[in-house]
Amino acid sequence: MEEYTILRQFADSWMLLLLFAFFVGIVIWVFRPGASKEYKDTANIPFRHQDKPATSKEARQ
Amino acid sequence: MSNYIKLIVLGLIALFAAIGTNYARDLAYQVHALLVMIIAGGLFIWTLRNTDEPDILVDRSAEYMDDVIRYGVIATAFWGVVGFLAGTFIAFQLAFPVLNFEWAQGYLNFGRLRPLHTSAVIFAFGGNALIATSFYVVQRTSAARLWGGNLAWFVFWGYQLFIVLAATGYVLGGTQSKEYAEPEWYVDLWLTIVWVAYLAVYLGTIIKRKEPHIYVANWFYLAFIVTVAMLHLVNNMTIPVSIWGSKSVIVWSGVQDAMIQWWYGHNAVGFFLTAGFLGMMYYFIPKQAERPVFSYKLSIIHFWALIFLYIWAGPHHLHYTALPDWASTLGMVFSIILWMPSWGGMINGLMTLSGAWDKLRTDPVIRMMVISVGFYGMSTFEGPMMSIRAVNSLSHYTDWTIGHVHSGALGWNGMITFGALYFLVPVLWKRERLYSLQMVSWHFWLATIGIVLYAASMWVTGIMEGLMWREVDANGFLVNSFADTVAAKFPMYVVRALGGVLFVAGAVIMCYNLWMTVRKAPAKEASLTVAVPAE
Repeated sequence: MEEYTILRQFADSWMLLLLFAFFVGIVIWVFRPGASKEYKDTANIPFRHQDKPATSKEARQ
Repeated sequence: MSNYIKLIVLGLIALFAAIGTNYARDLAYQVHALLVMIIAGGLFIWTLRNTDEPDILVDRSAEYMDDVIRYGVIATAFWGVVGFLAGTFIAFQLAFPVLNFEWAQGYLNFGRLRPLHTSAVIFAFGGNALIATSFYVVQRTSAARLWGGNLAWFVFWGYQLFIVLAATGYVLGGTQSKEYAEPEWYVDLWLTIVWVAYLAVYLGTIIKRKEPHIYVANWFYLAFIVTVAMLHLVNNMTIPVSIWGSKSVIVWSGVQDAMIQWWYGHNAVGFFLTAGFLGMMYYFIPKQAERPVFSYKLSIIHFWALIFLYIWAGPHHLHYTALPDWASTLGMVFSIILWMPSWGGMINGLMTLSGAWDKLRTDPVIRMMVISVGFYGMSTFEGPMMSIRAVNSLSHYTDWTIGHVHSGALGWNGMITFGALYFLVPVLWKRERLYSLQMVSWHFWLATIGIVLYAASMWVTGIMEGLMWREVDANGFLVNSFADTVAAKFPMYVVRALGGVLFVAGAVIMCYNLWMTVRKAPAKEASLTVAVPAE
């Protein structure tokens, strides 16, 4: 088969499936149990460390 | 030691540019070679004078690197006014062709100034806004100082040099005639170097972050930096005709070249003007509203959906061309699916204000941000609609497209940048507040009315000329000549130019207000001295 046909076939099948599955996986991952609590903390990042960087003691690991 | 390497490199560049000035095959190349020679020579002398001086090492790791952002804010405001002025001038040129002065033919006529305007607003104004705000946001949300020390300064000044080379090149005729990718090969190479440095500074800061999570704004900024790098490299695969001349030839041919150009062109909109500015939205709207983003889950889905879909939307620029139908249908379908993430993001931005809608009455800065998200929603509704093949057959090549671009660029990109500048200046110069909120209101109304005049007149003239072009009489002959449509558009062109005047006036008021904020607004006492903790 010529190069175009091979690439086209791959793009139409496995790659499409892979990208779609990845996206569905992201959506499922976002709604995993316990996510809300974690995201609440993440969403508040802009309201910390406004004036200077975190010192190593403050760093939240 | 590193100074000696710098001296060698700068000396070689200056020497090469001097030879280039001598051998130059065209004017644009010659002027650029001269410019590079002067800059490299000046930096050589400056570096030489600082070589073998005692190093004064100050530990600044406990402070954010804000001076480069202050420069970025000034550059954004400056290039903004330059770009808006250029746009308003060429709008008048279209209405009154006599403004294409005879003595400046080949330099300042519409064809030369149009790319100057588009690059000035997108890359100079928008690009500086993105670099400055991304440096601000990545430090605050990573709780870490910018990585790479003076590399951030290299990014800033290198980017300004790119802008100057691009702009002077257009006026002098150095262009590869690809929309939004006009700069010639050596300017492209320079931008590539600057962009890699930008990516290094950005990623370096994220890697050394003190927050365990990467805040969503950084995802958007990072997608913008990485994708623009990819688009820039593929769309600028050119072979220079001579190393002493600006002309180059692209390796792609025919419809492949057209497809790559619009894959680039549409993703310049998708990742430069959308993803990057969404990064701004996800930081500055929560900050100004003083409440976290409406839904963090939605923001993650928004991110992945947007970047997975945008990249395929380019072919809708090539309906009814040599591009195969399946490809333009693909582009059209993905453009329409894009409605979802675009509106998801818009809702997320707007709903961040839920419970704080009263701020719209009292805070003109948040009003600016909200209307920018409103314009985002409007133009991301209009865009997919125009990408539908049947609608496109009416709208393509008409002023409707120009109106659509400007409601997105002036409304969404312009307004969110103005909002970010109004937020940043008091913080960066440690002022208690802005000099005048009333002036912000004036700016808001001037800009909004200007955009409405612009978009409305372009709808009217666009649909009118589209209908005039396809009008046939009973015998199947075309009714109107092209010149008839041009004559019919005159009143709308005047209205559009007036809209531009209002928009520029608002931006000038903003510059005065920001200038006075730095000069006159009361200083923030507590934060004037930055205490460095002894550790």
